[in-house]
Amino acid sequence: MLDPAFLLAGVLNGLLAGGIYVLVAVGLTLIYGVLHIINFAHGSLLMLAMYAVFYLWRLIGIDPYAALPAVVAGAFGFGFVLYRLLIGRYNHGRDENILLITLGLSIVIDNIALLFFGGDTQTIDVPYAGTFVEIGAAFLPLPKIISFGASLVLCAALGLYMAKSDMGKAIRAVARERQGARLVGIDVENVFAVSYGIGIACLGAAACLLMPTYYVTPSSGHAFVLVAFTIVVLGGMGSFAGAAVGGFIIGITESLGGLFLGEQLGQIGISLIFILILLLKPTGLFGSKA
Amino acid sequence: MLEVRDISKSFGGLKAVDRASLDVAPGEIVGLIGPNGAGKTTLFATIAGFHRPDAGTVSFESKPITGLPPHRICAAGMVRTFQITQPFAGISVRENIMVGAYLHTADRRLAAREAEAVASLVGMKDQLDQRGADLTVAGRKRLELARALATGPRLLLLDEVMAGLNPTEIVEIVGVIRNIRASGVTILLIEHVMQAVTSLAERVYVLNQGRMIAEGTPASIADNELVIEAYLGHGAARVLRA
Amino acid sequence: MNRTALLCGLGLAVTIAYPLLVPNYLVTIGMLVFFTAFIGQSWNIAGGFAGQTSFGHVVFFGTGAYTSTILQVTYGWNPWLAWPVAMAAGGAVGWMIAVLSFRAGLRGSYFALITLAFAEVFRILANSVPFTKGGLGMLIKADPRPINFQFKDPIWVYYLALLLCIVSLLIAWQLTRSRFGARLVAIRENEDAARALGIDVFAEKVKVLTLSGAMCAAGGTFYAQKYLYIDPGIAFGVDKSVEMLLVSMVGGAGTIFGPLIGSFTLMGINEVTRWLASVVPALKNVQPLSLVVYGVMLILIVARLPDGLMSLFRRPTIKANSRHA
Repeated sequence: MLDPAFLLAGVLNGLLAGGIYVLVAVGLTLIYGVLHIINFAHGSLLMLAMYAVFYLWRLIGIDPYAALPAVVAGAFGFGFVLYRLLIGRYNHGRDENILLITLGLSIVIDNIALLFFGGDTQTIDVPYAGTFVEIGAAFLPLPKIISFGASLVLCAALGLYMAKSDMGKAIRAVARERQGARLVGIDVENVFAVSYGIGIACLGAAACLLMPTYYVTPSSGHAFVLVAFTIVVLGGMGSFAGAAVGGFIIGITESLGGLFLGEQLGQIGISLIFILILLLKPTGLFGSKA
Repeated sequence: MLEVRDISKSFGGLKAVDRASLDVAPGEIVGLIGPNGAGKTTLFATIAGFHRPDAGTVSFESKPITGLPPHRICAAGMVRTFQITQPFAGISVRENIMVGAYLHTADRRLAAREAEAVASLVGMKDQLDQRGADLTVAGRKRLELARALATGPRLLLLDEVMAGLNPTEIVEIVGVIRNIRASGVTILLIEHVMQAVTSLAERVYVLNQGRMIAEGTPASIADNELVIEAYLGHGAARVLRA
Repeated sequence: MNRTALLCGLGLAVTIAYPLLVPNYLVTIGMLVFFTAFIGQSWNIAGGFAGQTSFGHVVFFGTGAYTSTILQVTYGWNPWLAWPVAMAAGGAVGWMIAVLSFRAGLRGSYFALITLAFAEVFRILANSVPFTKGGLGMLIKADPRPINFQFKDPIWVYYLALLLCIVSLLIAWQLTRSRFGARLVAIRENEDAARALGIDVFAEKVKVLTLSGAMCAAGGTFYAQKYLYIDPGIAFGVDKSVEMLLVSMVGGAGTIFGPLIGSFTLMGINEVTRWLASVVPALKNVQPLSLVVYGVMLILIVARLPDGLMSLFRRPTIKANSRHA
């Protein structure tokens, strides 16, 4: 098992997976950084997006990568409306309240998915799924590499948007100083809704990038939520750099964990990291305030 | 009774308290005044165990208490109130005060009787069944006082207990505080309301930008150049004298 | 006070007579109501009274279930003797999680999430470790005699569940009248103020989690003895955590009868969805439908009625929680 070839493959695969995890985590950390909400429904919404990608492929024949713009736009809209109708209304009061509401939301989404989609695992068969790229001693699936690249591009695009665009600046202002932003005339409620929408849009993108090589079942949401939280807590709540670094670390941990401990036990690495970070350094690698 | 020696406390780069010292003898009412942001509440919080001082010591009744957690200091006989009131919002005034009374009794009936007695002392007898969240500012201030009193302290640290009260309420509270001292409790109070400080305190300390700049009777403090400058600005003393 | 005593007496009489008058499947439903109320109360003590919301309470449930089952199946212990050991194990896990989490200063949402992570760790371990038989789960040999903590007649299971529920109500009642309970409420309302008034917040939180863990573990053993089979999904699955949280919040977190009222409500929902599934052929799967309703209920309660259904009875003297303070 300590064969360098396996290790290399494990690390590279983990890196590739991590690239997409970064996208998921960026959405979560954005939502936390701006709205101070721990979006427990993040995993379930990703699962929903993945089903959307699946059915677009199954019913209309759209390649998941080609569907990206549509899915991202749709996800943004969904998130925006979800914020306006539900989350935005109860964004005040104890922080556990919104956590409970998003918990309720995730339960509703998970089980509606179970009702309508059934419990079966669904996958997409893209023609290039069987293509492999050789890096050193490791054979990596081409779609994973494409997804990885696409994820990096999207993250960079998001970073650019946040830095240069007016809305991006408004979002960063609200994240740093809510009252001050209000005072200079920024429509804070709108920024909240947009931020939440962007967070969900990231999930839409991640869904498109995951489906070529991954699978979806209604319980995927539950699996993803702990991964997403672990990354964000590891990297530091509200920190983009943290989400990026955390994503890669977790991707590699998951991959190597599976390699050394088997598929089942390997998953424990993520939960343990989550616990250890919270107990030892709750602010994470790059976070400022716990 | 209370010996505070050279306490310093910084937050990040900001030195909130800089080698502050003070003494309180049993039975006294001592005031701690100073302009806004002087570090008074931080000093209180450090004395009462909510912050660990970067340097300096605190002794209570000849026993060192520096660095002890707040609940141990309270159990030792010194209790503080909060400048921004912290009522137990969801429960009644009686139940609020009982929490304090439970420090030295486990019996609910005893604690309830004690709560009622303390409530009468501070003038809240008619509000015992009101929810903490439903109190006015004055009510919350009184509740802070009552809760702290119910723990049976020998030294009471009052943090701006008059802030937000109208003149009538202030006169009432002053009377209550005098009664509390008469019952054997020593008091150290932070106050902005000068009339209260001058009528209550025998001695006053003045804190400015974290440093103790003066100490004395209320009358001598009012004449102190450094104190005047702390409140009114540099050169003010000279201007006033001219 | 007298009215309450009268209502309690009436309720007691009704609940005792109930299984003697209804068919078996209704007896089992009644049993589940009281059982869920019992484990819900274990959550309520920590989450409602003390304000320490936990998302992973099932970790105590599963600890209890596996402890007594392993002792019974692998080591031949009598289940009645294994029961207190299971409770002790649950208490120990509660103690450990509390000490670790509160030493690290975790509060609110972070505490909720770390309990979820702990439950997940236990689930994965149970799935992978040989002495829990991994994913296969553990079967208790069916030998329905009272000495084996197994009952042929569901009436006895019902009465045992009822007894557990009554014990849990008494524990909660005692909390409302004791110094410990008052301190927990103070901690829930305002930790710093509690500290300033001499309460050792850390110690009290650890105590309540230990008690809660022991109670919940007792429920785990009961469940294992009733269904004679546990696996990592049943013992440590997230659904039970949600159920315990939900019945308490729906009924009224921090109240004595909250979990019981919540349990009745959820059981009612279950029966309605079961009926719905029988008349609407498309809804073949009952459990997800119930859970959808649960999720909606949770959202509605937190958003609209944070103090739960108990607050509709407006009793200012009973300590209500303050989720909207």
